[in-house]
Amino acid sequence: MKPLKTILLTLLVVAVYILHQDFWNWKQAEPLVFGCLPIGLAYQAGYSVLAAVTMAILVRFAWPKHLEEVEPSSKP
Amino acid sequence: MISVIVILLYLVVIAFIGSVAFRRGKTNTEDFFLANRSVGEMVFFLSLFATNMTAFAILGSSGQAYRQGIGIYGLMASSSGLVIPLTIFFIGTRLWALGKRFGHQTQVAFFRDRWECDAIGTVIFTLCALMLVPYMIISIMGGGTVLANLSNTGAGASPIIPYWLGCAIVAVVVTLGVFLGGMRGTVWVNILQTTLFLLFGAVAVATISHALPGGFGDYISKLAGDPKTRFLVTREKMPPQAFWSYTLIPLSSIMFPHMAIMCFSARKVTAFRRTVVLYPLAILFIWLPCVFLGVLGAASLGKVADPDGVLLLMLQKYAPAWLAGVLGAGIISAVMGSDAHQVLALSTMFTKDIYQHYGGREKYGEKGAVHFARVFIVVVTIAAYAIALELKDKQGIFEIAVRYAFSGFAALAPIMIAALFWKRSTKWGALAATLFTAACLVYFAVLQNSRHPGDIIWQIGAGKDAIKVLFLNPRGDVSFWNGFMTVVPMVFGSAFCMIVGSLISRPPSQATLDKYFLAHQQQPDLSPVQA
Repeated sequence: MKPLKTILLTLLVVAVYILHQDFWNWKQAEPLVFGCLPIGLAYQAGYSVLAAVTMAILVRFAWPKHLEEVEPSSKP
Repeated sequence: MISVIVILLYLVVIAFIGSVAFRRGKTNTEDFFLANRSVGEMVFFLSLFATNMTAFAILGSSGQAYRQGIGIYGLMASSSGLVIPLTIFFIGTRLWALGKRFGHQTQVAFFRDRWECDAIGTVIFTLCALMLVPYMIISIMGGGTVLANLSNTGAGASPIIPYWLGCAIVAVVVTLGVFLGGMRGTVWVNILQTTLFLLFGAVAVATISHALPGGFGDYISKLAGDPKTRFLVTREKMPPQAFWSYTLIPLSSIMFPHMAIMCFSARKVTAFRRTVVLYPLAILFIWLPCVFLGVLGAASLGKVADPDGVLLLMLQKYAPAWLAGVLGAGIISAVMGSDAHQVLALSTMFTKDIYQHYGGREKYGEKGAVHFARVFIVVVTIAAYAIALELKDKQGIFEIAVRYAFSGFAALAPIMIAALFWKRSTKWGALAATLFTAACLVYFAVLQNSRHPGDIIWQIGAGKDAIKVLFLNPRGDVSFWNGFMTVVPMVFGSAFCMIVGSLISRPPSQATLDKYFLAHQQQPDLSPVQA
C-alpha cells in the first residue's frame, strides 16, 4: 500500500476513534433528536453509522487481498 | 403462560436443528469444531455476531441504562462498533489465513507453533479457559432470568419456570445442540437466533410506543426536567476517564477463544468483508433500543427489584402475551447463541490444546477426540450451571462479565498482536504478559472483595491535589489514577511485559520465522496490509 494512502487511512481511524469522546454532549440532554432521543444518545448512534462507513472505506482501500490466495501448506 | 409456550416451542426448534446437524456431521475434529472451515459469507456474519452477543447485550445493557442512563450506549456499544470490526479486520483475517495454511484450530495451537513452546502455551490456555467460564456463566444466568421473568404470573406469585429451572433448560438445550451438532449445528442455529434478536429491538420499541400512555418524548423530558433523574439522559455522573477506559474493553473480543475459533471457520477470507461493515450497524440495531428502553423503564416503571429484568417487565406490561413470548425468544437467542459458542470453544480448546497435544490423538484417534469433546461439553455445562445458581443475587450480570472476563482478555490482546505482526516477539514475552494479566486479575479480585467502596489503596500527595493511584470507586470497582478502569494498566502493562520479555530473550528459530514471515516466497505473506 502506498505510504500516503497508509497515512490517510491511519489518520481516518485515529480521528474516528477520537470522535467517540464527545465531551461537548456530556451534560446535555436537549435537543431531543426525533423528539425523543437525548442528544448524547443520538450522537453515539450516529457514531455507529460512522464506524460502519469507516470500515467500508478500509475494506475498499486497505483490504489484505493477498490473503485471498492462501492455500494449505504441504509442510507441517 | 402463552409466552412460556412460545419460548418452549422455540427451544424445541433449536434442539431439532442441532439433531439435523448431527446427522450431517462427520466424526473428525475439523468438522465437529470448525464445520470443515466451510462457513459462507452471510452465515459467517450472523454466526460471528451471535458469538459475541450475550445476555449482556440485551439484559445487561438495559439494566445498566436503567441504573446509569444513556451513557451506557457510548460506553460499550458504539466503541465496540469501531474497535471490534477493526480487530476482526486486522487480526481475524490473519488468523483465518494461518488456520487455513497450517491447520491451526485454536489460538494456543498458533502460539505454540509460532513461538516454539509447549508449557507456555498451556499457561495461556489455562488463563483463557479460567476467564471464559465466567462468560459462560452469565449466559446461563441470563437464560434463567429471562425464563423466570417471562413466566411470572403476577406480583408476589412464583414464576411458572423458576430461576433454577430456567438456567437448567437453557443449559440442557445448548448442551444438546452443541453435543450433537458441533460447530455446524451451532452455526445453523445462529441464523435463526441472530435474525430473531436483530428484529427484537425494533419490534419491542414499536410495541411499547404503541401501548405506552403518552409519547416517548414526554418521558424523556420528564427525566431531563427532574434534577434527581437528569443524569439518566446525560452523562453528568459518568467519569470521562471511565468512558475512555471502556474503549479498550472491546480488544477482548478477538481474544475470546470462541471469537478466534469462529474466525478459523470461514470458507473464504472474503467473508470478513461484509462482516466488518455490518457489525457496527448490527450493534446499533440491538443496543440502541435496549438502552433507550432501559432509560424509559426508569421513567415509566419507577423502582424495580432487579434492574437486569427491566426490559422483560416492560414487555410483560406493554406487549401482548404471545408477542412477549416471541420477544423473549429473541432475548433467549442472544443468550444461547453465545453460550453455545463458548461451550464449543472450551471443548475445542481442551480437546486440541490438552487432550490431543499431550498424546490423546495417538492413543484414541480422531473419533476418540470427538467423544472426548462431547463428554467435556456435558461436564463443563454442569459446572457452569452449578456456579450460575450459586452466584444468583450476588453480582449483576454486567459486573461479573466486565470484572473477570473482558478486562483479562483485553489485556491478552498485545500477545496476539505481537505474535502476528512482531517478528522479534518471543514465548518469554508472552509468558510475562500472561502472568502479569493473571496477577492483576487476582489482585483486583482480592481488593474488590476485601475493601469497601471509597477505600484508597495507594495515593500520591495529600489534600486537593492528591492523585488517587489505586482505589475503590463509590460503586466498589477498583479504579486507577483518579478514575481510569483497571483495564487501562492491564492492557498497557501487558504490552510492556510482552515487549521487555521479548527483547531480553532469544527469538524463535530462523525456520519458524521464515515459516510465518517469509512464507511469501512460496505463498503470499501474512504481514500487514499490502493493498
